[in-house]
Amino acid sequence: MLESVAEWTGNLPWSIALRESYYVWPLMESAHVLTLGLFVGTAIVTDLRLLGWTMQQIPVSAVTSRLLPWTRLGFAGMAITGILLVFGNPLRYYHNLFFRVKVILLIVAAINVFVFHRGIHRRVAEWDLDPDLPRQAWLAGAVSLGVWSLIVVAGRMIAYNWFECAIQPQPDFVNWFAQCALEQ
Amino acid sequence: MPVDTDANWLWLFEWFEYTTPGIVVRESVWLFPVIEAVHLLGLCLLGGAVLVVDLRMLGLGLKRQTIAELAANLRPWLVGAVVLMFVTGLLLFLSEAVKCYYSQSFLVKMIALPVALIFTFTVRERVAATGGLQLSPWTRLVAAASMLLWFTVAAAGRWIGFS
Repeated sequence: MLESVAEWTGNLPWSIALRESYYVWPLMESAHVLTLGLFVGTAIVTDLRLLGWTMQQIPVSAVTSRLLPWTRLGFAGMAITGILLVFGNPLRYYHNLFFRVKVILLIVAAINVFVFHRGIHRRVAEWDLDPDLPRQAWLAGAVSLGVWSLIVVAGRMIAYNWFECAIQPQPDFVNWFAQCALEQ
Repeated sequence: MPVDTDANWLWLFEWFEYTTPGIVVRESVWLFPVIEAVHLLGLCLLGGAVLVVDLRMLGLGLKRQTIAELAANLRPWLVGAVVLMFVTGLLLFLSEAVKCYYSQSFLVKMIALPVALIFTFTVRERVAATGGLQLSPWTRLVAAASMLLWFTVAAAGRWIGFS
């Protein structure tokens, strides 16, 4: 089902135009990469605060409330450029191993954000300046730092064709995971 | 586009390309992508360490803290990010030095980078270290210049890959 959606999308005139454009594609890709500085950059600073590795004398709530709007803005930029990039070449991403890994990791990152904000962050006033941060807060920072780093790495690796379905033979796991259509 | 000048430095770039690390990175299938990915993680950290202070110097973000407090806290991370990006960037460069020789983007980056570094560790550092809660037009100007310089370095760096 998803594959036919990807195929249909890829045949839209706008998708073809995007894919074949000489300047728009690299500009979009550049915007996607440069926005990392704002999005992951501000997220890292927040994570480092949750780990107690920087700005220990600044309340956690100050960091989360004052930096989060910028992290959100960065995320909006990443999402818009990212969705446009997928829109421009949906079938390739659909069967790309690293893209699939990235999507799974994005879900993990989203769960971490949800758990942190619905959980320990609600009581942030109680531990705002504690030298020993609650375990859940520390863990949220560590998971965020690790998972977003892996997302960046996976995203970068999408560009390489080592595990492309069109290049066979591939290990069975790759063909299964990327749902490669194999000729019998 | 070939840059042809009277002073031809091509031999030097060829020499770079045949240094041991240059050869090792170039001949490996996965080393270049992995180093490039770490270079990108360095960009994320650098982006955060630079932007949080620059935003503050523009009166945005962590407004209740002094500029000096934020700058002092983030300085080790800024230095760490610069070192990480320098080491990984050098390895990437050595593996494809001749391509870089012919790349206009690389030239732009190599001009913007020292300017950004010197500006960051002299003018910006001095302004940030003494920055309190109040802002002056000068503080804002320094922050804007910092953002513009690092943006140029990053954008030119990304564009090397397209040439």
